[in-house]
Amino acid sequence: MLRYVVHRLLVMVPTLLAISLITFVIIQLPPGDFLSTQLAELQAQGETLQQEKIEHLRKLYGLDQPMWIQYLRWLWGLLHGDLGWSFEYDRPVTEVIGDRIFLTFVVSFATVLFTWAIAFPIGIYSATHQYSWGDHGLTFLGFLGLATPNFLLALVLLYFANVWFGTSIGGLVDPQYLDQPMSLAKFLSVLEHLWIPVVIIGTSGTAAMIRRLRANLLDELQKPYVVTARAKGCPPGRALVKYPLRMALNPFIADIGSLLPEFISGSALVSVVLSLPTTGPVLVRALQTQDMYLAGSFLMLESFLVVLGVLVSDLLLAWLDPRIRFGAGQAR
Amino acid sequence: MSAVRAREEPSAVEHWVDPAPFDPEEGERTVTPEQQRFYTASQWRLMWWRFRRHRLAVVSAVFLAVLYLSTLVTEFLAPYGPHTRNPQFINAPPQRVHLFNEGRLIGPFVYGYSFRLDRATLRREYAPDPAKIQPLRFFCRGEPYRLLGLIPGDVHLVCPAERGTLFLMGTDRLGRDLLSRILYGARVSLTVGLVGITVSFVLGITLGGISGYYGGWIDNLIQRLIEVIRSFPTIPLWLSLSAAMPVHWDPLWVYFGITVILGLIDWTGLARAVRSKVLALREEEFAQAARLMGARPARIIGRHLVPSFMSHLIASATLSIPGMILGETALSFLGLGVRAPMVSWGVLLNDAQNVNVVALYPWLLLPVVPVILVVLAFNFLGDGLRDAADPYSAR
Repeated sequence: MLRYVVHRLLVMVPTLLAISLITFVIIQLPPGDFLSTQLAELQAQGETLQQEKIEHLRKLYGLDQPMWIQYLRWLWGLLHGDLGWSFEYDRPVTEVIGDRIFLTFVVSFATVLFTWAIAFPIGIYSATHQYSWGDHGLTFLGFLGLATPNFLLALVLLYFANVWFGTSIGGLVDPQYLDQPMSLAKFLSVLEHLWIPVVIIGTSGTAAMIRRLRANLLDELQKPYVVTARAKGCPPGRALVKYPLRMALNPFIADIGSLLPEFISGSALVSVVLSLPTTGPVLVRALQTQDMYLAGSFLMLESFLVVLGVLVSDLLLAWLDPRIRFGAGQAR
Repeated sequence: MSAVRAREEPSAVEHWVDPAPFDPEEGERTVTPEQQRFYTASQWRLMWWRFRRHRLAVVSAVFLAVLYLSTLVTEFLAPYGPHTRNPQFINAPPQRVHLFNEGRLIGPFVYGYSFRLDRATLRREYAPDPAKIQPLRFFCRGEPYRLLGLIPGDVHLVCPAERGTLFLMGTDRLGRDLLSRILYGARVSLTVGLVGITVSFVLGITLGGISGYYGGWIDNLIQRLIEVIRSFPTIPLWLSLSAAMPVHWDPLWVYFGITVILGLIDWTGLARAVRSKVLALREEEFAQAARLMGARPARIIGRHLVPSFMSHLIASATLSIPGMILGETALSFLGLGVRAPMVSWGVLLNDAQNVNVVALYPWLLLPVVPVILVVLAFNFLGDGLRDAADPYSAR
């Protein structure tokens, strides 16, 4: 087991390096840099900047150096927890990002829990009542959740939450608690706002999860050992929970890896609509203004979260199911 | 013990034994015409039979076919042009089609609007006016157009009455007919998925095939690349890439840029599927035979391996089209995708960006209905195809 963990950790290093390189290329893709965008904006407003000042800024930010030096400097900073300088906010990126990454993580994690809570009972019901009306109806509901664009659902749900429950629009907390330290009332207010994004982001992943669980459980239920257990008079509940369900549970763990990127990207969109203090709105804005260190850090950190999620799910799986650990060891 | 004793002492009851020689394989040799048809059918025919049994998938296929065909004659179907403004009718609610007026059959008609400006809120309020009866006209001459930008014409399926209006789904903030714009938007929104999937298909088969066929360090490299690409959260990656497209690009170029971006990120799943199939199939006799006859890898992959799991690929490709359609919608909704004057469902939803719209002009959310229907249809179709792709399976 220890060897497996070490192996997985070592594999992560080149992956993260490749991710950082791709991220850097992507944020360099748009023609021009932040200063030229800024300059164009200022000139459009009829202002002029002194050429020397621009040169000074360019040198200050290291924008005059060749690409690969800029990349290495950025990477070096990343390793030291220095994410660079946000041109637009005129503050270190770490300060701009800090809370937002944390909140993104909170929302994503809550969504994973929500998806599990919904998909688990429905998946079992669908598998044990295959082709019943309940199965068809729930499957259809799941598909509907998959097909509805999240951002629109967000808009509609926001409206009804406001009309029915009087939840304030936008944000993760009532405006009155904004600058206050954490308290029970504030926490409740966060919970009151959290369910909207969680439900919305969760709808898309739930359908896939239900279908996976249903398919796995159906395969398992047709195996001879289940028939034997039934024939010997094992009560149906026990014949379901004792082995088939445990075998079918793998997707729940394995899917953390694929659910996390889905939820993080889903939350990017939804939080633009709901104006949540997560990473989404800032990322969109940063991309529009070519605030490249800010945008790059977001991409980098979110990918890092995903890689971490995959690692955690793989380790959990290996711990729960020895077959996987040994299989992986032989393949490599 | 008892069996042995039974042979020694013949029982009182006599058995009748058929004197004809017994042939245990007889049942398998006689083939009913039904079975004959089944055994001699080609793989694609078997798949068609199975697919037909999936009622929902067939309905979805027909629905999608009708939709795609309709984009060829959008100009004829839409009562208005996509950019025709009606300044007197700004954010007007949908008009309902009626058949009877005060118990008298008139045929399909709509009530005209009565207009009132709310002095307090400065809102324009439109209400149906029972005095203004505007019968619809069919196959009528209306706004001139060029069919697909080529063939000039002015015949529409349905037009408003003379000097009347026909806004079956209401109008937007510039007084443009929403129904017409949805019909025009289908062109972009429906084709985005097809073009994107083509890009992803080519990339997926090529890289997945190479990865599976050669193995070794090439395989390792491609697999790591796939892992890296999959580690990026999709929507932020789409956003970054489409933000990289120059602002001064022509909308058509932007459209192609978007589809390529969607395809560039989607191919990884297909590549993995192809790789695992190739890995299994390259050891089969037919692949070995081809190799011994001196076929080159490209020919073996393309001519022998890929066709044997093409049906699976088509099914999984069908299942990834809806993701692309939703992706285009999301990007355009944020203003980073297809840009006006091009019309797509996402561009239309861009007007519905805040809660006020839901409260005041809910019909601006209507473009989401075709999005949902198309995505559902593609999902059902893909499900049906996937079941049919394996015609030899038991269920």
